[in-house]
Amino acid sequence: MIGLSHYLLVGAALFGLGMFGLLTKRNLIAVLMSVELMLNSVNINLVAFSRYTATDAAAGQVFSLFIIAVAAAEVAIGLALAYAIYKGRGTVSVDEIDWLKW
Amino acid sequence: MGGGLMHTLAFYMLAGVTLAAATGVVFKRNLVHSAFLLSVTFLGVAGLYMTLEAQFLAAVQALVYSGAVAVLVVIGVMLTQRENMSQSNPPNAMVAAGGFAALTIVGVLVWAILATPWKTGKGAVVSVADIGRRFLTDFAPPFEAIALLLLAALIGAVVLFKGGKTQS
Amino acid sequence: MWAEFSLTHAWLIPLLPALAFVAISFFLLGAPWLASRLAIAAMSSSFAIALGVGWAVVSQGITVETPFLMKTVWFSMPGLSIDMGVLVDPIAAMMLFVVTLVSLMVLIYSTGYMAGDPGFSRFFAFMSLFAASMLGLIIATNFLQMFVFWELVGLCSYLLIGYYFYKISAREAAKKAFMTTRIGDFGLLMGILFLQILFGTLDFTELAAKVPAFVKANGAATLTGIGLLLFVGPIGKSGQFPLHVWLPDAMEGPTPVSALIHAATMVVAGVYLVARAFAIFSVLPGAMTVIAWLGCFTAIFAASIALTQREIKRILAFSTISQLGYMMMALGLGSLTASMFHLMTHAFFKALLFLGAGSILHALHDKADIFEMGGLRKSMPATCAMMGIAVLAISGIPPFAGFFSKDEILAAAAHVSTPLYIAASVTALMTAFYMARLFIVAFLGEPNPHNHPHESGKSMLVPMGVLAFLSIVGGIVPYAFGFGDWVRFGPAHHAGIDWGVASSSTLIALAGFGLAWSVYGAGHKKSDAIAQKAGVLYTLSFNKFFVDELYQWLNRNVLTGLARILYWVDIHVVDGIVDGAARGTGTAGSMLRRLQTGQMQHYAAIMFVATVALALILAFTAGAVAGGGKL
Repeated sequence: MIGLSHYLLVGAALFGLGMFGLLTKRNLIAVLMSVELMLNSVNINLVAFSRYTATDAAAGQVFSLFIIAVAAAEVAIGLALAYAIYKGRGTVSVDEIDWLKW
Repeated sequence: MGGGLMHTLAFYMLAGVTLAAATGVVFKRNLVHSAFLLSVTFLGVAGLYMTLEAQFLAAVQALVYSGAVAVLVVIGVMLTQRENMSQSNPPNAMVAAGGFAALTIVGVLVWAILATPWKTGKGAVVSVADIGRRFLTDFAPPFEAIALLLLAALIGAVVLFKGGKTQS
Repeated sequence: MWAEFSLTHAWLIPLLPALAFVAISFFLLGAPWLASRLAIAAMSSSFAIALGVGWAVVSQGITVETPFLMKTVWFSMPGLSIDMGVLVDPIAAMMLFVVTLVSLMVLIYSTGYMAGDPGFSRFFAFMSLFAASMLGLIIATNFLQMFVFWELVGLCSYLLIGYYFYKISAREAAKKAFMTTRIGDFGLLMGILFLQILFGTLDFTELAAKVPAFVKANGAATLTGIGLLLFVGPIGKSGQFPLHVWLPDAMEGPTPVSALIHAATMVVAGVYLVARAFAIFSVLPGAMTVIAWLGCFTAIFAASIALTQREIKRILAFSTISQLGYMMMALGLGSLTASMFHLMTHAFFKALLFLGAGSILHALHDKADIFEMGGLRKSMPATCAMMGIAVLAISGIPPFAGFFSKDEILAAAAHVSTPLYIAASVTALMTAFYMARLFIVAFLGEPNPHNHPHESGKSMLVPMGVLAFLSIVGGIVPYAFGFGDWVRFGPAHHAGIDWGVASSSTLIALAGFGLAWSVYGAGHKKSDAIAQKAGVLYTLSFNKFFVDELYQWLNRNVLTGLARILYWVDIHVVDGIVDGAARGTGTAGSMLRRLQTGQMQHYAAIMFVATVALALILAFTAGAVAGGGKL
């Protein structure tokens, strides 16, 4: 029987993958993609909880919708920034975007 | 029960697809491959929503994420391309540390999930009408705020792409 | 009626000269005649009031045990309350009389002696300030008030020694005086602080009540230390060994200053302090012994130096130190009466001696070596006669003043301690010798053809005459009228004249005269021969036993070396700590800043790890972890 913990585990695994990507990818676009993965895992958690616990199911889904909207906006801005950096410095490698160092 | 078996099967298939695609997003060295696999991941997640009886959400996920966000990502890849696309998404020097961090977090989460006695029950069925009503009553302020946010994001993206004041 | 008024208005006695000081300094610096007359007028008024106070003390029967007290709170905080006021008892009354009288005489003398000097008004201003400070010291009710005036007196001494400020020797002498007495003042201040901590009060009458009870309960050990600390002040101010070195150099000041301050009044402030606090000292046998022996040593030490000195004022300076030693010894032996009696008579004849010396210096245009004088009896008969009276008085020839006071001291010594009596007698012999030497060499013999002396004017001779009169009757009259009944500590002892002591002291004095006549009466050759034979002793005595040179050596090597060490410590240790702290912070900062790599993924990793850690902490401390079984 598929229960709450199954979905939660899927969410956790997705989150872990997203985090690994965030920390280890060199390309700025890839980092953004990993962030999207993490946001999705959160959404899965929210919807699973709204489905399997008896209180206020609609709120969980509404919350997820908000997250989707915000994530979309964030991707737009993020990619615009990546493009601006690419135009200005000619690179999207995260290793080389360290101008705020000591 | 047939429904239960279907549900189980569907879950495992969808979960497997999602996770496999996600792994591909993270581990593949070709940026374009990662971008497309991201789209597949989003579709997988939409399927999971379906199994959770959140149909509206599944539709929105497919439309927005897979239809818009993934496309945006591909456009971004296109605009910032490099000569050798097959090596355009390498890992950096932090693989070991990142792996350790990720595994630690996942480990804690898994332990938390498995060790907690969840009190589960069947939630009410949520219809689109419910969601709509909630948007316009309880969650009206965030709804308006989101609208503003999207407007700001739109303007911001345009400005950033255009290059601001330095270009006429 | 005058007595009643004087007693209740005794605070006018120091106030009037203080007002004269203010008036002269602010308004009358350009009007010397007016300045001097104002100072003399203020002093005369103070003298009149002092006479009234004395009259009141006798007629109202104010005794040492029941003094007249008038005081008001100066400031008061929790734990410390200090009054300002007037304390009048027979001792204070006698001191007021002596100080105002001698000050008045010196001021009148100065109108003649200092005439024509460009700083004439300044002189009278400072002298008035000094008189005010000394008189304030005398009537002080508590240690702190006395200390305030004690410091003021020291300041006036500095100002007046350095009166001829264009002479470098005068400036150096003033600094030396101030710094040496400062060392004494430090000890005194420490003693005062300890007294305040121990008893919570600095009032003389209150301490007189509390201290004997304390000593009876707890023994004398702590309090002896405090008493000796208090005594360090008088060591400095009253020129006891080893802080006597400033007094001979203080002769750089004008002669009236030497007469008033360094003979009759300021230097006895230390003796007066011990007398005032006699209730404390008398129950500390250890401290009394130290005072007695130190006083005696000072007396004989200074007398032995005075034997060979050539400058007239220097002889008198060492004589002063010696007589101060006598007074301290008397106090140490327990006889307040003897000490105060000698203080009074000494004021008269020592002031007279100094004024006479001033008369000579004025006549000879500041030629000070007695061996360049000679035969002055012919050209300055009045001075000669009065100096002769003073010499007889200081040597203790009856019936002059010094005989009675010195006899009291010798009698006290004889009763208490034979070695001290012998030493005191030897000092008396030396005193007679060097005073006679001075008189013989300067006044007798043949006049020096290079000198053209003339007798001094009336303004100088009349004060000297008054003092000479007092040097004659100033012993027998108080003795006859029961000085010891009034000025005493404890029960009055009515012993008659101890004929043994009296006759032996007179014989000793006459022997001293004889010795001096045999050496100096016949010209210098005999004295030069004796000086040759004495060799080392003569050198030691003439060079004041090299005490000044020793202090210079200490200063240069010990103090300066110590200062250099401490400077090194300050630069390297103290500053090192401060700079090191700063440098440490800087180094830590420059190491920590490497955390800011600018790499976003590093920041993200740290954030994640921190979040996990936080979550774990919260999970394990903020509540029960339900069922760990499944893992």
